[in-house]
Amino acid sequence: MQKLLLLGDEAIAQGAIDAGMSGVYAYPGTPSTEITEYIQGSKIAKERNLHSKWSSNEKTAMESALGMCYAGKRSMTCMKHVGLNVAADAFINAAITGVNGGFVVVVADDPSMHSSQNEQDSRVYGKFAMIPILEPVNQQEAYDMAYTAFDLSEKHNVPVMIRLTTRLAHSRAGVVRKPLLEERETSLPKDPTQFVLLPSIARRNYKSLLSTRPDLEKVSMESEYNQYIDGTDRSVGIVACGLAYNYLMENFQDRELKHPVLKLSQYPMPRKAVERMIEECDEIVVLEDGYPVIEELLKGYQEAGTPVKGRLDGTLPRDGELSPNNVAAAFGLSYEEGADVPDLVEARPPAMCKGCGHIDAYQALNIALEQYGPGRVFADIGCYTLGALPPYNAVNSCVDMGASITMAKGAADAGLLPAVAVIGDSTFTHSGMTGLLDAVNEKTPITVIVSDNYTTGMTGGQDSQALGHLEAIIEGIGVDPEHIRVFKPTAANLDEMVNIIKEEFAYEGVSVIIPRRQCIQTMRNKSLVQKVKELGL
Amino acid sequence: MKSDIILAGVGGQGILSIAATIGMAAVDNDLHLKQAEVHGMSQRGGDVQSHLRVSSKTIASDLIPRGKADLILSVEPMESLRYLPYLSSQGWLVTNTTPFVNIDNYPEMDEVLAKIKEQPRHIAIDADKIAAEIGSKRSSNIVMLGAASLFIDIAFEALEKGINTIFERKGQKVVDLNVEALRAGRKAAEAIKAQLN
Repeated sequence: MQKLLLLGDEAIAQGAIDAGMSGVYAYPGTPSTEITEYIQGSKIAKERNLHSKWSSNEKTAMESALGMCYAGKRSMTCMKHVGLNVAADAFINAAITGVNGGFVVVVADDPSMHSSQNEQDSRVYGKFAMIPILEPVNQQEAYDMAYTAFDLSEKHNVPVMIRLTTRLAHSRAGVVRKPLLEERETSLPKDPTQFVLLPSIARRNYKSLLSTRPDLEKVSMESEYNQYIDGTDRSVGIVACGLAYNYLMENFQDRELKHPVLKLSQYPMPRKAVERMIEECDEIVVLEDGYPVIEELLKGYQEAGTPVKGRLDGTLPRDGELSPNNVAAAFGLSYEEGADVPDLVEARPPAMCKGCGHIDAYQALNIALEQYGPGRVFADIGCYTLGALPPYNAVNSCVDMGASITMAKGAADAGLLPAVAVIGDSTFTHSGMTGLLDAVNEKTPITVIVSDNYTTGMTGGQDSQALGHLEAIIEGIGVDPEHIRVFKPTAANLDEMVNIIKEEFAYEGVSVIIPRRQCIQTMRNKSLVQKVKELGL
Repeated sequence: MKSDIILAGVGGQGILSIAATIGMAAVDNDLHLKQAEVHGMSQRGGDVQSHLRVSSKTIASDLIPRGKADLILSVEPMESLRYLPYLSSQGWLVTNTTPFVNIDNYPEMDEVLAKIKEQPRHIAIDADKIAAEIGSKRSSNIVMLGAASLFIDIAFEALEKGINTIFERKGQKVVDLNVEALRAGRKAAEAIKAQLN
């Protein structure tokens, strides 16, 4: 069969489509974005009219996907690791409701923080929710897992998590497809109370979730994704989770691997396989990308029994992603490395694009703030976060989606005035609106700059849910229309922008300033340009 | 065969098009391929790299171990040096000499070029100039692929076919210009290599 050349993300998308999934719900976030984008561009998805439009945030995405699963269809939601924090309430409780149609939650983690503010490991969440987790080793397994995860979900009445990391999400390889399955018909859950998590029903459902444990461990034991490869040298046994298995094998291309290896790609852990390794091996080395989740589990608090090595004892680095080299070092294998990086090579950090509207907005803001001194600008997640870097040095925080407005509020409450929030249009509709309501209700004197570029820029120009009704939303939340100020951020408008910002600093209530200009990266997106024109923006 | 290639450049310089072209050619020749890309934040003018591995045997890791790369293919001179720890003692460094200056502290060009010339096996060509000469400034990435093709064990015709597939949807003119860029890059590298021998 013809191989498709797919990113790990795309392999998951294709696997879900072929499994008869009826819809994906997601908010863009590196390294997960390409899953949904692939479905948006898929011919089969178009023919079948599968849902693939972007959601406002990960929580609304997770809940919409759960609703589709309630109605009997197979559904999927995708996000980056920190997106799961936003969706956590829905996620944990979806494990208590169980499913009707198969329900798959794909989370792409970002160890080494290539494009993120932390490197949290979603397997902890999966364990917390007590659901099965699939962690693919390569693109083919990513496809296969997405294809079979819906079955697993339906069979055991639980959501299933697929966890991958940046290196697989954004790495391409050949993938062979399986037959395209039909979508499921719409159907109601057999038990009409299943999704009603009143305490009495939730207690019943929770017992049912707990009772799935032995079955899920058995499934893990029989899973083709988990393999116990025996070896003659039992001085060390190796547990290699997901992608880490590749780094292990990379180091044994020309050497014989004599140690027993447990290739681990499906959780909960296959208990019998783990017990065998504990029993037969003198010590165990755990290779896992992300947190030392399995290492801690095997080690236990008392550290009794078979010694376990990994990220906790320094066999591997405690933070950052795994690589062929740090895995080699864990086994004392040495390589001849290339030359050092010459001293003259300078760091080249990412930067806002030449001609970007955010830059003009920051230039005006910096001038307006000169008389007050630094330290009072709370920013958010997006391209404008790069305003933290020289030469702008314009912002003082970047924590989580929406935190700009609420942190500015708290700082204003503490007496730091003026307090300024900088947030993009897409991040505003993701998580900024509720915080704005808090400020409006208390008439907190903050100046919110919604830097509007009609798109979700940092992730590559996806649709912004704010497009066409940003002022209406802000007015609806209760901001006085006189203090909603819109202008086009350009060098020519600098004086006007500075004046407007200063005027709003003087207002003792909530002001929203909207510097508005299309993201230059999206200028070739004809449908967006047309839409902006139609809206008269 | 086995080719472990580090593609280097700055976000927006088109290294993913190079990767996609080699990828197409590899798949067409029934070779195994793994290609790790960088998406997201760094694409905004930061340094970006792609690990591209092509082999007649199964490939384990998506990342190339340090000291194992057969080739560094860089569309920017300073960026070519950033990945030296990956280059094997027998590997080639093939780089564009036109700098992409978007930082204030970009080093002196003479020093960068001197450092490149210190490398035992290197090809340095002005891909931007060559691309401009054929009337397609945006094809300097493909000029570099042409230059590096000397050191990639895939038939040149397969790369030309890859260009056709990758640029097809942009029209025949774009395809033709990029095929020309590919050939021009190879020719330039051949001339330099002939002098070395």
